[in-house]
Amino acid sequence: MSFVTRGFRRKDREAPAERVPPGQYATPDFPVLSAGPTPRITTDTWEFTLLDASGERHAWDWDAFMALASDTVTVDIHCVTKWSKLDTTWTGVPIDTLLEGVSQTGSQALLSSYGGYTTNLPLQDVTGGKAWLAHEYEGEPLAAEHGGPVRLLVPHLYFWKSAKWVNGMVLSDVERLGFWESYGYHSYGDPWREQRYAGD
Amino acid sequence: MAGAALRRRLTWSIADVVGVVVENPTVRSIVLEVPAWPGHLPGQHLDLRLTAEDGYQAQRSYSIATPANGESVTITVEMVDDGEVSPYLTEELRTGDRIEVRGPIGGYFVWDTSSTRPLFLVGGGSGVVPLMSMVRAWSEVGSAVPVRYLASARTFDRLIYFQELEVLAAADRELRLTHTLTRSHPDDWTGPTRRIDSEMLSGSGFDPSDSPEIFVCGPTGFVESVAQTLVTDGHRPEDIKTERFGPSGG
Amino acid sequence: MADQTHLDGNALGGLLYQLFERDMTDQRGRCRECGTVKVLGEIHVFRDAPGDVMRCPACNAVLMVIVQMRTGYRVSFESLSWLEVQGVEGSAVT
Repeated sequence: MSFVTRGFRRKDREAPAERVPPGQYATPDFPVLSAGPTPRITTDTWEFTLLDASGERHAWDWDAFMALASDTVTVDIHCVTKWSKLDTTWTGVPIDTLLEGVSQTGSQALLSSYGGYTTNLPLQDVTGGKAWLAHEYEGEPLAAEHGGPVRLLVPHLYFWKSAKWVNGMVLSDVERLGFWESYGYHSYGDPWREQRYAGD
Repeated sequence: MAGAALRRRLTWSIADVVGVVVENPTVRSIVLEVPAWPGHLPGQHLDLRLTAEDGYQAQRSYSIATPANGESVTITVEMVDDGEVSPYLTEELRTGDRIEVRGPIGGYFVWDTSSTRPLFLVGGGSGVVPLMSMVRAWSEVGSAVPVRYLASARTFDRLIYFQELEVLAAADRELRLTHTLTRSHPDDWTGPTRRIDSEMLSGSGFDPSDSPEIFVCGPTGFVESVAQTLVTDGHRPEDIKTERFGPSGG
Repeated sequence: MADQTHLDGNALGGLLYQLFERDMTDQRGRCRECGTVKVLGEIHVFRDAPGDVMRCPACNAVLMVIVQMRTGYRVSFESLSWLEVQGVEGSAVT
């Protein structure tokens, strides 16, 4: 092992081992990680576009989106940079709700965001109550630095999949790698199997 | 530029902490002895790596504050609230400790002591650290170039190197200093008390026709505002070198 | 926590030195999207991320992304159309 620096430790928080995936540590903070500048999107211009596997387009503006029923959930989140934050509370519209009335759902989803970020997931990982379009964090409107007005929330996978500033989803039967997936991260990203990098 | 110095391998080595200097209530300079240090140029930085017992590592870059001096290398660290590394360096680290470093790093943001062009240094907060290595090198080699130094800090307590600079400026007319305090100032403060603007840059700097070399360092917002203003005021972009420091998480 | 902002290529000095075995911060690169040419010390770098994202300071296009993986680094070239490595002797021409 490399040289140890006397007296240095990270500031983490005690957490039950069964809630912290391998290689992670629990943090009281909510670090902000971004691949680019924070987009400043107001709710009067915000739009979410769904392109289903047949190419049919469905779209929601802010009012239409907020008219859908939201869940409030408390979940643990795990960032591939090794911090985990337990018991975070989010309010959002389940992806299942957006897919009601969509016949051609395909098997793969590519999420896109204002600013150009993308991430990909199998369809079954954003359905069945596993994913939301979140617009509130801890009871407050989601701040821009944390992905507001709306971000994807998929807590069972590494948090880079919970794309900030989402504005669209394309469904197909072809897996297309998103931003971090094409730059070296794992295409699936299960924290419990420590699938951090491509090839893991 | 010293081609040979840029060709060596960059590896981690274990440095001894031989001194700690309190610069102000939130800033410490750490004096290191780095075995086989190859020397460095004014403006370069080193990387520092901390390893906890459980193997967790954190790495940060710090500008070197002093001119080359054998194995002696001094960095200046500002404490960042809620930071992970700076509280350790400014509150825990002590003389006798050992720490991993690698360097020197940087071939862009460096000042050549043999330059004959006027030198304009503009720093915000801890952005003055690499600029101070340039001033100290300028003084040490007895350079004849005129130097204008402009530094911005929120309060007097947050200024770094103030006394030393005053002494250097008193001894050499070619060094002109301007310090501006942007949030609050002591009653007897006679310097400016606002953010750096076009008027301050032209008043305390050089005219574009003097063709100065300009180094701007500090938080990203500061650097971009100053660099943009300098260009708008007629300085050539290629005469302006910039180094942005992280705003938080230090 | 402060709003995310960028640094510049100076912050990648050590990493780039490791990868290229020389300092790269004073080497020029060109953005394919807008044609801007800058030394790497002046390009915008987003380090608070699962990797280092290097962006064009003029148009924000992603130039390069460096990710540290398990056994080494992956360097992805996106909109960097060229990168100079000056001061290196050329190969012998036959």
